[in-house]
Amino acid sequence: MLTLITSTGASSMLDLLAWSPPGWGATLVQGLLNTIVIAFGAYALGLLIGVFGAFGKLYGGPIVKDVLAVYTTLVRAVPELVLILILYFAVTDAVNEILKFYGYDPIQLSGVGAGIAVLGIVQGAYSTEVLRGAIQSVPAGQIEAGRAMGMPPTLLARRITLPLMMASAIPGLANLWLTVTKDTALLAVVGFIELTKATSLAAATTKAFFTFYMAAGVLYLILSLGSGLVFSRIEKWARRGQRNIGRGS
Amino acid sequence: MKDFLKPHRIVMLVIAVLIVGWCAYSMNWSWLPKYMPKIVSGIWITCWLTVLTMGLGMVLAVMLGLAQAAGPAWLAWPAKVYCSVIRGTPLLLQLWLLYFGLGSLFPQIPWIKDSALWPILRQAWPYGVLALTMSVAGYEGEVMRGAFKGVPSGQLEAARAMGMPRLTAFRRIWLPQAIHRALPTIGGEMVLQMKSTPLVATITVVDIYSVAKRVTQDTFIVYEPLLLLAVIYMALAGLIVLFFRWLESRIPSRTA
Repeated sequence: MLTLITSTGASSMLDLLAWSPPGWGATLVQGLLNTIVIAFGAYALGLLIGVFGAFGKLYGGPIVKDVLAVYTTLVRAVPELVLILILYFAVTDAVNEILKFYGYDPIQLSGVGAGIAVLGIVQGAYSTEVLRGAIQSVPAGQIEAGRAMGMPPTLLARRITLPLMMASAIPGLANLWLTVTKDTALLAVVGFIELTKATSLAAATTKAFFTFYMAAGVLYLILSLGSGLVFSRIEKWARRGQRNIGRGS
Repeated sequence: MKDFLKPHRIVMLVIAVLIVGWCAYSMNWSWLPKYMPKIVSGIWITCWLTVLTMGLGMVLAVMLGLAQAAGPAWLAWPAKVYCSVIRGTPLLLQLWLLYFGLGSLFPQIPWIKDSALWPILRQAWPYGVLALTMSVAGYEGEVMRGAFKGVPSGQLEAARAMGMPRLTAFRRIWLPQAIHRALPTIGGEMVLQMKSTPLVATITVVDIYSVAKRVTQDTFIVYEPLLLLAVIYMALAGLIVLFFRWLESRIPSRTA
């Protein structure tokens, strides 16, 4: 490390990270933006799958329960990298088969769309488990009371179950967000230019490996620490009713 | 068994068998015999990578956990920062930083290049082992911190009251109880660790994932090697889960 800094010099290290083209700053930030967009999309898709999956696992019929059990078990037992490859090829092939069926030309899926779809399906399995646990933590009396008042299931979910489970779901969901930001790095292996891939391109071109990987590490850390702060505020908000109970007001 | 075999499950099992049968019959598995030796050696590499890095990582994690749970501030803080940095950055980035960064740095340093270790350091696997070990240590360090703090203080006070030296109390009372508490989590983490080993294929270690990619490159067959990979990883995950279930059942615990 010391020899590297002295050989390249601290000023040239800053030149490499500069915004405009001799520097690679803009490339890294563009990669970071791609990472955030994909993480956000995949997280949202995962949450959507997770909400339906969790309700299905708890209140669904026997077939729905078993199919969901197979889905969560399979996805959680196979490495994300392998799943990404399988889903990437499968999703591309499926889309092209459908296009061919309707007489269109095959297309190459955009990296962002495929990345969101693939990571979203993976996230969905984990979200299902987190949300299922959170729904189970809602006191049964609350749900029974809602039913006794004649609430239809969707209204019951919207007004009673989902708000009450938020507090216990947030820590697990925060972990999942951190996981998905880091899992976007796996798309680098498929060749998609997010932060890790952009970094490796910059590092391979300039041979300044430490500079760029450290810089990317700092960007990832800022992302994870920053979202940690956001999630702790969300958790405070989700627990706003509970504090009063705790204080015994 | 009777509970398991409900009518809809029998139908689902039949569908599953049909899917497996269709895969075996109509997909192209002719490459399998030729690549069998490579597949076996790939599975072996994945297995020892998982076990070795998990073992080394646990040793580090016990130290990290202890430093955070009971250490003085000048030990607790670095341990906390280490865990945050490892958990806040992708493993792929850490791996590439170590492999490409150290790999480009070491040849410039004469005493490393002339040392007896150089033939080993020129290969890729030490960097893979290092990155996976450091990563698992960061995650397990947090787990062990919680486990050390969860051991009732009465146990430690009793040990001190019996005049046990601190190291003996740690070895006989604190560590076993902490590990017992953390065992289910450690089992889950070991599956996660097994699932992160294919990343080493990106730095040219020939594990099972890299063998499957090789098959695709040689024969242009896409789905079959990936399906084989998925099956192999699922089997390994199942073995790990079974092993930890057996381990947990061996430790006597009192449930009210």
